[in-house]
Amino acid sequence: MPLIEFSDKGLCCPQGNFYIDPWKPVDKALITHAHSDHARWGSQSYLCHRYTKPLLQLRLGNNPYQTVEWGESLLMNGVKVSFHPAGHVIGSSQIRLEHNGEVWVVSGDYKVVNDGISGQFEPVPCNTFITESTFGLPIYKWKSPEQINKDIQSWIVKNQATGKTSVVIAYSLGKAQRVIRAIAAVTDKIYVHGAIFNVHEILLQAGWDLPAVKRVTPETSKEELEGCVVVAPPSADGSSWMKRFPNHSVGVCSGWMQVRGNARRRNVDAGFVMSDHADWPGLLQAVHATGAEKVFVTHGFQATFSRYLNENGIESAEVKTEYGNDEDTPPTSPEVEAIEPDGIADTEIEDEQLEPNE
Amino acid sequence: MNKQSDDIEKIVEIDQQRDNSSSALSAEVAVRAETAGMKLFADLVKVLGTSTKTTDKLEALKQYFASAEDKDKVWVIALFSGRKPKRAVNTTQLITWCVEIAELPGWLFGESYHTVGDLAETIALLLPETILPGQTTGEKSLHFYIEMFTQIEKQDEAIKRQFIIDSWSQMDQNERFVFNKLITGAFRIGVSQKMMVNALAKFTSLGASVIAHRISGNWDPSTTTFAELLNESPTITDYSKPYPFYLAYALDEAPETLGSPEDWQVEWKWDGIRGQMIKRNNELFVWSRGEELMTDKFPEYHCLKDLLPEGTVLDGEIIPSVDKKPLPFALLQTRIGRKNVTKKNLQETPITFFAYDLLEYNYEDWRNKPLTERRQQLQAILEPLTTPVIILSPVVQFTEWNELSELRKTSRENGAEGFMIKRKSSIYQVGRKVGDWWKWKIDPLVIDCVMIYAEKGSGRRSNLYTAYTFAVRDGEKLVAFTRAYSGLTDKEFNEVDSFVKRNAIEKFGPVRTVKPELVFEIAFEGIAASNRHKSGVALRFPRINRWRKDKKPDEINTLEDLKKMLEVYGKQGL
Repeated sequence: MPLIEFSDKGLCCPQGNFYIDPWKPVDKALITHAHSDHARWGSQSYLCHRYTKPLLQLRLGNNPYQTVEWGESLLMNGVKVSFHPAGHVIGSSQIRLEHNGEVWVVSGDYKVVNDGISGQFEPVPCNTFITESTFGLPIYKWKSPEQINKDIQSWIVKNQATGKTSVVIAYSLGKAQRVIRAIAAVTDKIYVHGAIFNVHEILLQAGWDLPAVKRVTPETSKEELEGCVVVAPPSADGSSWMKRFPNHSVGVCSGWMQVRGNARRRNVDAGFVMSDHADWPGLLQAVHATGAEKVFVTHGFQATFSRYLNENGIESAEVKTEYGNDEDTPPTSPEVEAIEPDGIADTEIEDEQLEPNE
Repeated sequence: MNKQSDDIEKIVEIDQQRDNSSSALSAEVAVRAETAGMKLFADLVKVLGTSTKTTDKLEALKQYFASAEDKDKVWVIALFSGRKPKRAVNTTQLITWCVEIAELPGWLFGESYHTVGDLAETIALLLPETILPGQTTGEKSLHFYIEMFTQIEKQDEAIKRQFIIDSWSQMDQNERFVFNKLITGAFRIGVSQKMMVNALAKFTSLGASVIAHRISGNWDPSTTTFAELLNESPTITDYSKPYPFYLAYALDEAPETLGSPEDWQVEWKWDGIRGQMIKRNNELFVWSRGEELMTDKFPEYHCLKDLLPEGTVLDGEIIPSVDKKPLPFALLQTRIGRKNVTKKNLQETPITFFAYDLLEYNYEDWRNKPLTERRQQLQAILEPLTTPVIILSPVVQFTEWNELSELRKTSRENGAEGFMIKRKSSIYQVGRKVGDWWKWKIDPLVIDCVMIYAEKGSGRRSNLYTAYTFAVRDGEKLVAFTRAYSGLTDKEFNEVDSFVKRNAIEKFGPVRTVKPELVFEIAFEGIAASNRHKSGVALRFPRINRWRKDKKPDEINTLEDLKKMLEVYGKQGL
């Protein structure tokens, strides 16, 4: 029996009697990270990294949560389980399973570069590696986080010089924190959308060192907002929420901005190629570093990446999962916009995972 | 290795088709004044390609023209007005060298290309940042590279390869994209000729229509100087200058709402190119509505230089026609797409000017005279002419509006797409104005069908499934009969894209076969028999009219329905 089976509820470990990031309710769910396509509502109990717990509480409410530290081992029905940094967002972890000398690692979502806040991705040697492939094409190669931060900063400075408000579009968990840290270097007038404010508050309470931000509310005056920097989630882009910023310029932070056509389709003033997912070299680096004999490829360009691995001597197969795609809510659907005009709810889906789903 | 070259060939083919078919792609740009040459140009292209505001683009162009060297400026004007540099290397060579350097299999290049939707951009994205150790980034000018293309055109492949790879090594990703675009031709990166003309008009003291005239026609960017092109000598009178066109609004209500029929003049609405015919100073100029000087495209009009009186400006329609009867517009398209009009074109697609208005007579501006008076004089000018290249567009006789409604049903038989209804007392206004001129178009033909294949689009629709093939029912089978790319909102495209991704059955290169479930109403302007299509019919201007979410796939039209339409409306041919 393989250590992990791909069932209709998610990645299942029959021996350990638990699931990893299940998309349907189960008894025991191990959660790699707090994004809504990986951490879903309805399971009886959850196991996650300590940093992830407050984020799960924010998104899923009160449930039985058990936490672990990175590198700490638990024994679950004879299966040795441990969490390791995935570098994707705060608390994001790869999950390592060991049973009868066989080791499997589920990557969840990851990036190999260190963004200074999500932890340094740790290569975990294993026999079988389950990798994402959101950006599994060689056209996706990222600049260094420092360079991207510089690009965003100089764009903001340019807007400040012409009296424009800069609206930076970034996913509320992950890129928003990276962006907020980067822009604190050029302004102390940082305003955020409610969805981002909620995450920000939770992280501050948990002891994270983040710059001070103000929430945009109906009471926030136009004068206050003039020339400031606003960070908002993708769902706010193009919604009526944006109308309160009179003279503004929109910059979108997304890996999809790499391709001109995508940037033009979004009709934004500036596109910053910034992602919390590994680029093509990053995926290859991660796969090689595990030394795995077998690689399963999930959400993204799975057919392409899997074929490439097979041709390069690493046995690989693609796996269909429900990660990286919320079928009912395409990126521009009005339902999504309607949900959080005032930032109360936070049901957005990570934009990066919405666009292509090969 | 064979498989690899197959992959590459397929891509080359698709890219060419894209170049030929998607003429509607328009681009955009913005600017930063920086260093020299290629970089400056690449920055311009970037702004034009990403900016969402026309004012930003104009500003970028203006700044570019203020800071670039003259030789580069001449080339930019040439490129943005549709001229192309010498094609020094072919697409297959470019792809081959790219995958060699990037150490990628050909199929992976293919996958990347299908996602990016643009060959030049795909190559720019795939090349490694550093190709040769110790490489420096370019200080070279735009014209240096373009002149090099001419020099290496006849050289051995090895020399070409060396030049291309050296050039790539000296460029960043942005410059590589622009460089590849120069090589692969079609520089449709988002700036219209009109916008460039406007920017030049701000930069020089010349008026936009003077500039449009100067940069049209036959001039060679490699020998023409910027000064020659745009000298500001006030002694030159612009005899070519056209008047702005007066445009009609669509009539959405019944014509009875317009009042008494006697007040109105009705003409057939032709499906051609709106044009202005100018005869001044013993010269003839033909302008299109897009302010493009098209005199050279229509040599048959050149005899009018001797036939029209001095100081005459006519408004009318450029239409392929035989014996005063219009031929389908598709024929004209095959002609205007070509650089040089051949003898064969002239024989197969003779062009007539259907004149319907007189804007200038005896060098006098007639636009403020009432239509009836203009029409009378127009008639007087054209009556003595016996040439088939110009005719008076006929007025449709009617006394009651309901008569007109009946006549409108015969539009297709008359090669028209409805009526133009003009107030007899109307002056010739500027631009689209409500009240005096109306277009009353016939409804398009429609058919309900189901989507069976999908393919990703290009440009701003790259990586989205937005090009669809549709089928009608033939007994138990589905028969593909048309493709369509337009007619849905961005939101609907997103929805269909998401459906395709979830319901793809098979993959044939970039094409996905899709579960036949989504029903659409396709609208089209004409139908003709065709041996090239499995269904036996070809449609004119098919587009998605609406998404029939209320219909199931078993409620769609049949091949039999299509054939009936062919019988009724197909006589015109395509």
